[in-house]
Order: sequence, then structure tokens, then C-alpha cells
Amino acid sequence: MTASTAPSPDTDVTRGEPLLRVTNLTKHFPIRRGLLQRTVGAVQAVDGLNFEVAKGETLSLVGESGCGKTTTGRMLTRLIEPTDGLLEFEGKDVTHSSMRALRPLRRDVQMIFQDPYGSLNPRHTVGTIVGAPFKLQNIKTEKGIKRSVQDLLELVGLSPEHYNRYPHEFSGGQRQRIGIARSLALRPKLIVADEPVSALDVSIQAQVINLLEDLQDEFDLTYVVIAHDLSVVRHMSDRVAVMYLGKLVEIADRDELYTRPMHPYTTALMSAVPVPDTNRRTKRERIRLTGDVPSPINPPPACRFNTRCWKAQEVCRTVEPPLVAMAPGHQVACHFPENPDGAPAEPALLDTPRTRADDAPATREDDPTA
Amino acid sequence: MSQPSPSPSSPAGPPSGSSADGTPAENAPAEKRSRRRREAPPSTGLDGIGGLGAAAPDTFLSVRDLRVHFPTDDGVVKSVDGISFDLARGKTLGIVGESGSGKSVTSMSIMGLHKPGTVTMTGSIRLGSEELIGAGSETVRELRGKRMAMIFQDPLSAMHPFYTVGHQIVEAYKMHNDVSTSVAKKHAVEMLDRVGIPQASSRVDDYPHQFSGGMRQRAMIAMALSCDPDLLIADEPTTALDVTVQAQILDLIRDLQSEFNSAVIIITHDLGVVAELSDDIMVMYAGRAVEYATAADVFERPEHPYTWGLLSSMPRLDRARTDRLRPIPGSPPSLINVPSGCPFHPRCAYADRTGGLSQSQRPPLDEKAPGHYAACHLTPEQRTEIWENDIRPTL
Amino acid sequence: MVVGQTWSHHHRVRPNPLLTYMIRRLISAVVLLFVVSAVTFAIFFLLPRVAGATADDLASRYVGKTAGQEQIHAAAVRLGFTDPIWVQYGRFAKGIVVGSEYNTGVSIEQCPAPCLGYSFITQNPVLPDLLDRLPVTLSLAAGAAVLWLFGGVATGVVSALKRGSPIDRTAMGIALAGVSLPIFFTGLLALSIFSYGLGWTAQGGSYTPFQENPLMWAYDLLLPWITLSFLYAAAYARLTRAGMLETMNEDYIRTARAKGLRERDVVVRHGLRAALTPILTIFGLDLGLLLGGAILTESTFSLNGVGKYAVDAVANNDLPKVLGVTLLGATFIVVANLVVDLLYAVVDPRVRVS
Repeated sequence: MTASTAPSPDTDVTRGEPLLRVTNLTKHFPIRRGLLQRTVGAVQAVDGLNFEVAKGETLSLVGESGCGKTTTGRMLTRLIEPTDGLLEFEGKDVTHSSMRALRPLRRDVQMIFQDPYGSLNPRHTVGTIVGAPFKLQNIKTEKGIKRSVQDLLELVGLSPEHYNRYPHEFSGGQRQRIGIARSLALRPKLIVADEPVSALDVSIQAQVINLLEDLQDEFDLTYVVIAHDLSVVRHMSDRVAVMYLGKLVEIADRDELYTRPMHPYTTALMSAVPVPDTNRRTKRERIRLTGDVPSPINPPPACRFNTRCWKAQEVCRTVEPPLVAMAPGHQVACHFPENPDGAPAEPALLDTPRTRADDAPATREDDPTA
Repeated sequence: MSQPSPSPSSPAGPPSGSSADGTPAENAPAEKRSRRRREAPPSTGLDGIGGLGAAAPDTFLSVRDLRVHFPTDDGVVKSVDGISFDLARGKTLGIVGESGSGKSVTSMSIMGLHKPGTVTMTGSIRLGSEELIGAGSETVRELRGKRMAMIFQDPLSAMHPFYTVGHQIVEAYKMHNDVSTSVAKKHAVEMLDRVGIPQASSRVDDYPHQFSGGMRQRAMIAMALSCDPDLLIADEPTTALDVTVQAQILDLIRDLQSEFNSAVIIITHDLGVVAELSDDIMVMYAGRAVEYATAADVFERPEHPYTWGLLSSMPRLDRARTDRLRPIPGSPPSLINVPSGCPFHPRCAYADRTGGLSQSQRPPLDEKAPGHYAACHLTPEQRTEIWENDIRPTL
Repeated sequence: MVVGQTWSHHHRVRPNPLLTYMIRRLISAVVLLFVVSAVTFAIFFLLPRVAGATADDLASRYVGKTAGQEQIHAAAVRLGFTDPIWVQYGRFAKGIVVGSEYNTGVSIEQCPAPCLGYSFITQNPVLPDLLDRLPVTLSLAAGAAVLWLFGGVATGVVSALKRGSPIDRTAMGIALAGVSLPIFFTGLLALSIFSYGLGWTAQGGSYTPFQENPLMWAYDLLLPWITLSFLYAAAYARLTRAGMLETMNEDYIRTARAKGLRERDVVVRHGLRAALTPILTIFGLDLGLLLGGAILTESTFSLNGVGKYAVDAVANNDLPKVLGVTLLGATFIVVANLVVDLLYAVVDPRVRVS
């Protein structure tokens, strides 16, 4: 375990050299329409991301549907090719590498998927599934593939006897363990986990989260976790990046972000999380965002959050706020950030809102781009 | 919000809790707060194992010893195996459990939506003055949509893709009201407007796929409430939604409940969601209720080891971050071979402290404290000790 | 998340997408027909040449057995076999588009567009002959289609709702027989029982045009209809059953029931409506295919339709006829496909937007 995974409040001080760096990472999906199928526009799924992932740390990408976090994850693993920008792994530019040139990357970067049902071939045994990476990369293991696979199964809390079983014989949590075993086969350096626990029952979620943390310590893994559950993210991450409509709006160390969120969207997200405590609901006044996330085809101009933001002013519609450091290790893209002077809200949760927009029961969900 | 503070509602005993009802209850009528819930002593209940007796006078929905079994080739799947609860108008019951705990099967049984012939249902479900179990399918059908309505997890797949949103509401309204299509359409627009759909009079002619996820769930709610039902069942109503939209929908359900004064059952795996909405909570495990109490009791003084496990296994935003989560070991049991005794005993850290009772005898759902029911063999002293020393400090 | 999940949507003004879509489909339909004609032409006119046959070899089939070398060669010139293959095809394509002149050996005939050429054997123009036969095939296909659509779908729905019951098993057993038995077997069986045995139906070989006597028209066609629809109804019953079993498990069916709708409305308005959509596609294709000639049925019942025409053409190696039938069939299939796609947009609102 590296120092950076320790739950210390000042993780940015101890952060190691970057394993992964993205600069202006962008993915636009073209939209074709009309008689000649001309490109008439683009879904701006991811637009100009800049961040680094240090060796041994866990960086989480959070945001709601359409924010581009899954697309980002797929670019980081080079399952899809970025439209623009730079993607560097261990200092090497892999943005547009060919399939052949990507082979080493495929060993070093692995992915864990959300759906433990859909990502395992139902016709293959667990042994075949977990052993596939060895065969694909033509790797001879010391003790033979079968033995190595059985070791992996034990590592993730399954039994070596499960080697010849099929995925449908396992519960959801066990299937996710199979997926984790497969991703570990080639001893990767980076694992991109896309909603690794959100399909699992509460009691099983904790088992898998603990397993992922143990494996990180044991193999010195670096994680990029893509998730929407802010509680899970806080538990797992060293640093957290908040995305909205393809943009990074805030990135900070975990404790810094959760005690002193600066972007209005981050505060709104945190305030929307239901908390298992009945006292909270009477005391708590929440920030209620109205409406849905706008379309990434025609995102709002300048600050993309301006259509739902209660602090938005004219400048938010005309000038895009840059992502700048407002505190050590804490970057925010906002003209009017919250908590700018370092007075964190007490305690982790925001009990006092800036404003409330929920008095009108009929919240509007119109499409601001129409 | 129908209840400004956690008030002792349905399962609470005599109005001992009304003092806890600190804030003045503007919305709750006085007689609601002072009602008593149970005349008969626990042992004479309809149900041999659940401690609930006869329903309180203001109870609107009363379920007693409900068992829902599905015969299959592999054996009988006991999806629901003897649960009982009460619910009054204007109140919300949260049913919490993991997949396979029987929470959705329970709601489908109340609605009479199980396919006839595939299921055996015993016990009693009383809706108002009607007994639903054993009632004719036509009788239950006429109650569906009119007196009891339901909203589902995924509003996209729950709406017919080929019909406009308005058509689907009109269809529900006309089924139970003898009105012309134009009147029904007007009503549909009003309902859409009420649930917060902008430009309802034009959006009424949109198809479900033209709505966003949040708007679809709003439209589902409009459809469910179109006939002003007395009971609304919401089965994981926000699981498929984003967190900011989830908050909007939960607010909407709360507002509408106080407006329509209906009884609400909210079924979810998310303890946060039930904490937001529920007056009472029933925790289900392997087809049985393991704990049943007011929401405040369940979160502040939980009595069952499974509830303890759920609370300690989830990361919480409202507490300091812990280094390590404390999961419940193992996974939920098969409903064909439910473990003997307490179904939770193979996963329970304290099952060895009951002198073998947990392994051999099914614990009844007893009243452990006034209005607080739990199915556990641990003695009150053991539970207090474990809760105070082992569990509470770690939450 | 994956792009496209929650875009907000709708009410954007843009050129009517349905119209654009129709134009695109029409253009591709024309291109497709052109390719079909070229490929068919190549099969019948180019392949023999590739295999080594000379122009005279080809022409020798279309003159008398006693014809001398000069006569054969004259025929080859007249039929155009001596020209390069693309000139031959160009002439054929030109005939379709603007019309053409044909030397029948006796006279020069004007063949107005669309001209599918002249029979090598009878010297008759192909298209009028085909159009003569079309009412027979059309009547046969339309009548059978109505029968099998209603019969098959109804059987499928009942089977799905009574899944596993004796009704379901019987229906599916009969359907399996219907799918597996060839039409010349069921047709002959039906003929021997119902017309020769019981004398209830016509004995085949007769056709009364609808406009002359609708009752006789139906009487003559009843047995072919039943036989043909039996084959298709069986397939449709199985398709409908599978579709219904799937849609009746959809969430929106549960919603419909939760609204308190009558089970009949749930099944018909919600279940069947959705289950029928894919069946519509197959129906369109089947109908298009049949209009190109119900070959076996027409032969079995000695009906003088397009299918019979095709059989005769192949038997006599009458290339222009074969070419004409093939193109006619292809046109029907392409048109049916187009109609189905447009209907789809009407039936399923989701298609309209994307």
C-alpha cells in the first residue's frame, strides 16, 4: 500500500508520479442526418478534460447520466479512441495508438464493469473466463494457467473448485468477484471500474468494496472508479472529480471535496443524497435542482450548469469558467464558487443551503436547448 | 411532507410516543395522532408468528400472515412467508430488503397482479372493508387503479411505447370513471400539470420516449394518481433515476401524499430513501419481516442483527468516513431451502449466543419495545449490550 | 453514462424526417432493382458465354431442329447474341426505361416502356402476358394472406395465453405439421378429400375473374387459399405465440393490469399491439414473395398465374420470360419492403423520431 491510499487529509502532499495523464481529452460522437447522412452535429460526450491519476491512488469520476463519465472510462482504457486531446500512460502517448501498439496497454489497464451478468459469457466456465487474458496475451504462467486461475479465484474470495462452473451458478456478488479475478489476471497497474458495485445488494456492496481495497493494497493498484453513488465514492476514493455534461466542474482530494465543495453542482449533488437518518429530514433544508441534465448535443453556452444553477448570472451564460485551483489540490470551474474562503460546511453534509428552489411544486423540466 | 417529524405511527403502541411528536403537526389531524393501534394482546393475533393483533380502527390496509408461495419444478419458492402489517391513510410504510427478500412479491400480491395458477396465496389482505385474498379476480381488478395504484422502477419500460402519455392516463381514468374522452384528456392534462410537467397541454400528446427519465416517472405518478387512489404502492420509484432527479421525485411523492391523503407503501433497497419518506419501516429478509417499527426507531434503536448489518455495511455521507466497511458475510439464502430456525442465522454474528434457538426455532415477530417488533432470539439485555457496544459506536 | 440516454429531446424543427426517409428508401429501392436486373441478366446471358457457349449455341435452342447453320446464325444476330454483353444489357435496360423495338423475325414490333422484352419462343411480349396472369396470383395471395393472418395470429394469441394447456399443445402440433408438410402434399390431400371426395369445392384449374362473379371467384379459389394459408398460418401462429409470450412479460403489461384494465384490453390493446409489429415485417415480405408467384400452389391446383408462367419459362429455357418474372418478383419484394418500413414508422412512434 502506498502512502497515498491512507486516509490522511493531506493526500495531495504524498501523491506519487502520475501513472495516467489526460490533457484536453475530448470525445464527440457525430450525428448524421438527412438524405446524404451528413454530419449535422455532435454529441459532445466528453469535452476537454484535464487530470492526472497518481500511482497507487483512487480517483473517482462522479456525475449523473449524460455527464460523460462512462465515455471517459472507455477512453482511458482505449476501448474507444478520443476525438481530440492527449492520453498518456506512464508518460507514453497512447491517444491514437493502433490495436497492435495497444497490446502492452491492454495488459496494464483493465476494466471492471457494472453488470456482472452481462459482462460474463454465459457459455464459458469460470476457468475459461478468468484464464482468457493469459491466452489472449500468450502468457505462460509458472504453474500453468489452471493453477494461476485457481489462485486468482482464491484471491477474490471464491473457491478453486469453482473453476469448472458457469456464471449462472453464482450470485451477483460472486459474479462481480469473477469479473475482478479476470481483471487481475495480468497483474495490471490501472483498473478502471465502471459502477463496480451499483448492481449489487447493500450487504454485498460492502464485501466487494472491501475486496477492491484489499487488492489495491496487495498489488499496489491504481483505480479510476466511475460511480454515481456519492457515499460509495467518498468511501473508496483519494480524489474525486465531478463531471457535468462532459465537463470537469470540480476536482479535489476527497476530504476537501466533501467538507468544502465549491461548485454549486457538487453541493447540490451532495445535498440530494438521501441519508438513512430520520432526524435529518426535518432539520435538513436541501438544495433542489430543478429539471434534468440538458442535452449534450446542444449544451448550454459558457458554463454548462447555468440553466440549473441558482447562482447563475449573465457572465455564466457568456464566459466559460476555467478549471482553476482555488485551494491546494482543489480545482473548480465556477464564477461564483461556494465556500471560497475555506470555511467548510459543518459537518460533512450541508445542512444549511444557500437557497431553495423547491417551493414551486411544479418544477420545470423544459429543454433549455429547444 | 405529510409528517413534519417522525411521529409514532402505525406500529407504535398506545400514544406514548405523542410526546416525542415535538413539533406541532400542522398537517396531521388531531385524531390521527392520538389513535391507538391495537386492542388485542399480541398473542391472539391472526398470525401465529407475527405479534400483530387486530388492526387499529383507522387502519386502511391490513395484512395478516400473508404467505405467497410459487410451486416450481425445483420445489416451493416461499417468496413471502407470513408477514403482517397495518397502514393508515396519509401514512407511509417503507418496505426494505435485498433482492429476493419478498418485498416486491408482497406489493404484487396486494395489487393482485400475480398470474393466477402460478401462485398460492394465504392469509389476509384487507383494503378498507374488502378482503382481497380469495376475492374474485374481477373484484380485485376493479379496485386496481381506482382504490390502489402502483408505480414502478423503470418508467421507460413501464409505459407502453406505442401510446402517448396522455392516452395512457386517459385509459386509466376512463376505465374507472364514466366520462367522455375529452373530459378524461382534460383530466390527464391537469394531472400532468400537477406532477410538474411543463406545458402539460402539449406534452400530453408526446410518447414516453420523448420524455426524460424524471418526467416519465412524473407521468407514471400522474397516471397512478389519476383516479385518486387510497393506496399508492411505489416499487423502487427512484432506483433508475439520477440522484438530483430522485430528490425531486421523493419530494413530489411527499407533497402529493399530503394532498391526496393516500396511504403509501414505498419499496426499496435504499435505506436513505425510506428514511426520507416513511413513517414506519418493515425490514424483510428471506420472505419474512425481521423488524417492523417507526422509522425513527429503526434508525435509532434497531433491534435486529440484520438491520444492524445493513446499517453498518453502507457507507454514509452523514457520518465520518470509516476506514473499512463492515459487510454482512455470505449472501441471501435460496427461497426454496430457507435455513431452519432464524433464516438469518448463517450470516448472523450473534446466532451462537441464543443457545441453539436460532438454528432450531423460527423467531416470532415480537414486540420488543412498545410498537417496535423484531424477530430475534437474543434477549433484550443481549441486544442492548450488542447495540450499545458493538454497533452504534461504529455507525 | 452512455450517450443518448437522457438527452432532452423533441419539438425541434427540422425537415420532415419521414419524408427524407421515404426519399432515401425510394432511391435505394431503384438502385436495388437495377442491381437485381443486372445480376439476373448476367446469370442467364453471361454465364453460358463464360462457360464457353457461342452465340450460335445459344441461338440454336430457339430455332427449329432442322435449322441450318445460316438460320441459326441469323437467329443469333436477330436475338442480339452476337453483340457484346453490355450492349445486350443496355438494350434490355433501355427497353424498361424508354421502350424499345424488337425484331421478332417476322416483323418489327414496338414495345413501349416498360418493356421486358419478347419471348424467344412464342414471340409474345413478356409484360402483357405477365399482367394477364397477375390477377390470378393476386387473388390467390390476397385471399390466402387474409386467412393466414387472422387464423395464425388468433391461434398464436390463444396458444400464448393458454401456454402449456391442451389447446396450446394441439395448436402447436398442427402448426408444426403445417410448417413441415409441403404444399403439393397438403394440396393434393385437400383436393382428394374436399373436391373429389366430398365435392364441396372446385376441382382446380378453373378461375373466374372477381369482376365477373365474386362468388364463383371465391368458390374456385377456396381450396388453394386454405392450402396456402395453412402453410403460412402455421408459421404465423408460432411467431405470434413467441411474440406474445415475450410482450406479455413486459413491464408495460404489468402497468396496464395495475391500472385495472380488463384482461381482454390488456391482451389486445397492449400485448398484441406490440407483438404484431415484428410480424408486420414478415407479412410484408411474405406477401411480396407470393406476388412474384405462388409456384407450388399454382402448379398443384393448375392455376394459370405468374408462378405457372415462371415454371413454363424455365422449362422452355425462355430467357426473357424468366428475366421478366424475376424482375416482377423483385419489384414486389422491394415495394413490400418499402411499404412495411413506412408502416413501421406509423405503428411504432419510436421509429419516427430516430
